Amino acid sequence: MNAWEEKPSKLGRLAKGTILTAIAAGVLFPLYMVVLTSLSTQEAVARAGGLVTVPGELSLGAYRELFSGGVVSRAAMVSVGITVVGTLLSVTVTALAAYGLSRPGSVLHRPLLFLVLLTFLFSPGIIPKYLLVSSIGLIDSYWALILPGAVAAFNLVVMRAFFMSIPHEVMDSARIDGASEFTVLRRIVLPMSKGVTAVIAMLYAVGYWNNFFDAVLYLNDNAKWPLQMVLRQYVLQGQSMFVGQGGDTTIAGRALPPDLAIKMSIVVVALLPVLLVYPFVQKHFTKGVIIGAVKG
Amino acid sequence: MLEQAERSGPAGELTSPAGAGSHPRKASTLGVRLRRDWQLLLMVVPAIGLLLLFHYVPLLGNVIAFQDYSPYVGIKDSPWVGLANFQWLLIDESFWQATLNTLLITAFQLVFYFPVPIALAILLDSVVSRRLRMLIQNIVYLPHFFSWVLVVTLFQQMFGGAGLLAQTLRANGYQGVDIMTNPDTFLILVTAETVWKDAGWGMIIFLAALAAIDQNLYEASAVDGASRWRRLWHITLPGLRPVVVLLLILRLGDALNVGFEQFFLQRDAVGRDAAEVLDTFVYWRTMLTGEWSYGAAAGLVKGLVGLILILVANKVAHRFGEQGIYKRS
Repeated sequence: MNAWEEKPSKLGRLAKGTILTAIAAGVLFPLYMVVLTSLSTQEAVARAGGLVTVPGELSLGAYRELFSGGVVSRAAMVSVGITVVGTLLSVTVTALAAYGLSRPGSVLHRPLLFLVLLTFLFSPGIIPKYLLVSSIGLIDSYWALILPGAVAAFNLVVMRAFFMSIPHEVMDSARIDGASEFTVLRRIVLPMSKGVTAVIAMLYAVGYWNNFFDAVLYLNDNAKWPLQMVLRQYVLQGQSMFVGQGGDTTIAGRALPPDLAIKMSIVVVALLPVLLVYPFVQKHFTKGVIIGAVKG
Repeated sequence: MLEQAERSGPAGELTSPAGAGSHPRKASTLGVRLRRDWQLLLMVVPAIGLLLLFHYVPLLGNVIAFQDYSPYVGIKDSPWVGLANFQWLLIDESFWQATLNTLLITAFQLVFYFPVPIALAILLDSVVSRRLRMLIQNIVYLPHFFSWVLVVTLFQQMFGGAGLLAQTLRANGYQGVDIMTNPDTFLILVTAETVWKDAGWGMIIFLAALAAIDQNLYEASAVDGASRWRRLWHITLPGLRPVVVLLLILRLGDALNVGFEQFFLQRDAVGRDAAEVLDTFVYWRTMLTGEWSYGAAAGLVKGLVGLILILVANKVAHRFGEQGIYKRS
């Protein structure tokens, strides 16, 4: 607080505090309820008449049920696989291209950059894209969830802007020592760009993890569904995961955890990776990695 | 915007022929330059290849808009029908309904979503404690990273027929409500979802603009006796104006894009009359009813109009923005 600033009034501070608390609660409260419900027993859910807001008896039953094999375990594996492979591929391809385009005046620099930037202006449309993916035989292939979005021009431009801000002398001296461009990128540029690489990797990873519509389009075989599809099918659209059991509360003698708890545990599984990665990357947002690049 | 930024970029690629120090651009032959740069070119190949394959090649697929395309016959042998598909579009009420819905949603969000990140940024910027500010910032950024499926699911758990709101109302003897299937309040619902998911993230750029305002202005006006509110009105808001104008123009250029998944997920529950937008129209016409050429025609119209809007918006933005966002960069 600066010396010239007047002391805020009590009322003003109270109002500001109330609004900020309300905003934070508005984001966190739904998450709290979902997590709590997923951990609640049949009795607790029944007593609450739905979502649980006050902690009662807790149980891991829903999660045990989810990961005892079956639809959700498989979908989670699919999502993890696509996210890991996709992110590795995307970050590699993006970093290579960002470095390759970071030297103005190199051969074909301007037309290639133009080709990248032009993709901001248009998208080919859902139908032509579907026709292409199907014509190269990627329907029902996991690659259909990875390759079409593997390079995001925005991320490429952000990374390139960052690489260009690194002093050239550092790279030049390595080159004089006989290092190839690949070595310069791997040994010098990338280690100096950890923040921006972390942010880009997270943006890609979140994109792959949350990818839903590509699966709607390109995967007919529901055994291959990623987690977001399962979330939509069984939670949003409310289809029972135990079709054919006719509303029984037991399967093969086992007592089932409450339906709502299972649904909420799927929600938790879908959002957990984001919550886990977020704290590690979040500090780079505030360092302005992205803003700096957006501003040009 | 980005092309412009490129040109005025730090390396000044247009103005100084020497460019980046390592590459004095002498009149060297292509052979020499190739020998020097082949590694850089090689590095760009995978990305350019993917962009060509998945962004540029599909553009050609739009020719089916001028055909009576059937997947079993293929593009090569499907009969050409000229502009027939576009003529049908002109008299198709459901197409116009989808267009109207799209524009309504854009207009509604311009009024009720667009100011939220600005207000949020101003509010947060006025918080004195740095740690509290960071904490709130990190909380409100978070939903941006959730998928639309997750966001819609959370809203359903709160406001759906079996959600918390209905559950609380019933427990207190009132009738339950189901906001998730009510077409009359759909505009409010989708805007609320967008605010919850993206208002925090959208705040970033305004926070940056606020940080760039000269702090001496505040001090000088405070010394001259300007109150908090007057400083907000005469310094903060004018300081934000270039960014606000620029983003507003760009949003208008993007008027036909309201986001696809959000509407795809809720279209069936709410009904087509309120929830069909151009993107979902294209999807349903092709993937579900099999009218490939018709859907592609609708998509092409949307794409072309959208492209024109973006180009116009960029022109206008350059006119407004030149002493705005570019100067600071």
